[in-house]
Amino acid sequence: MITVLFFAKQQEQIGLDKIERAESQLAVAELKQKLIEDYPQLTLDHTMIAINEEYADEDQVVNDQDVVAFIPPVSGG
Amino acid sequence: MEFYKITADEIDVNQVITSVIRPEAGAINTFIGTVREFTGEKQTVSLQYEAYPSMAEKQLTRIGVEIHEQWPGVQTSIVHRIGKLAISDIAVVIAVASPHRAESYEASRYAIERIKEIVPIWKKEYWTDGEEWIGDQLETTSFKNGVPKEEKE
Repeated sequence: MITVLFFAKQQEQIGLDKIERAESQLAVAELKQKLIEDYPQLTLDHTMIAINEEYADEDQVVNDQDVVAFIPPVSGG
Repeated sequence: MEFYKITADEIDVNQVITSVIRPEAGAINTFIGTVREFTGEKQTVSLQYEAYPSMAEKQLTRIGVEIHEQWPGVQTSIVHRIGKLAISDIAVVIAVASPHRAESYEASRYAIERIKEIVPIWKKEYWTDGEEWIGDQLETTSFKNGVPKEEKE
């Protein structure tokens, strides 16, 4: 089981702040593709990727129990 | 004692400043970011900041580490507020203590620029005529491959 977190506009697009999914051992890019298929209204363009609160790249493999976030362009400060 | 924090409460500016005071310091530079009413023609009514708090605090801490590497002997504390803020409310406070004044200005500037690059905090603006999540303040829309760009030289 993996957890995917949603922030800012993403939360409004799908009405959820997180979901749990059964699959693991897949690359972030594959996960992203599946999410876009399951939630066509979700935009994950221009996002940075975080796995377990650390930035990661699209090729990184998501393992069981991992927490994944697609970080929209940030606007703090 | 340095600290890096996301808070839903009003920021106590003095507490941030006091945290970096040390005998070796000859300067403390304080940056206070506040909510601006007008951006061009747009009139902001209020703002809402949201964060991925645990990761945001890690990234603020990373900024502190980067500052230590670039300016040895410099101490930094950073606090960013989240939740609903009104015009002129304090959104972020950065306090930098350094032996000499030049590094305190440089490190303070570095910290706020890095916040806008790597810290997962988002701002939703409520205007007189609508609302929108703001992104891409640095106009760097493309995050190729998901990883933010490395520390600037």
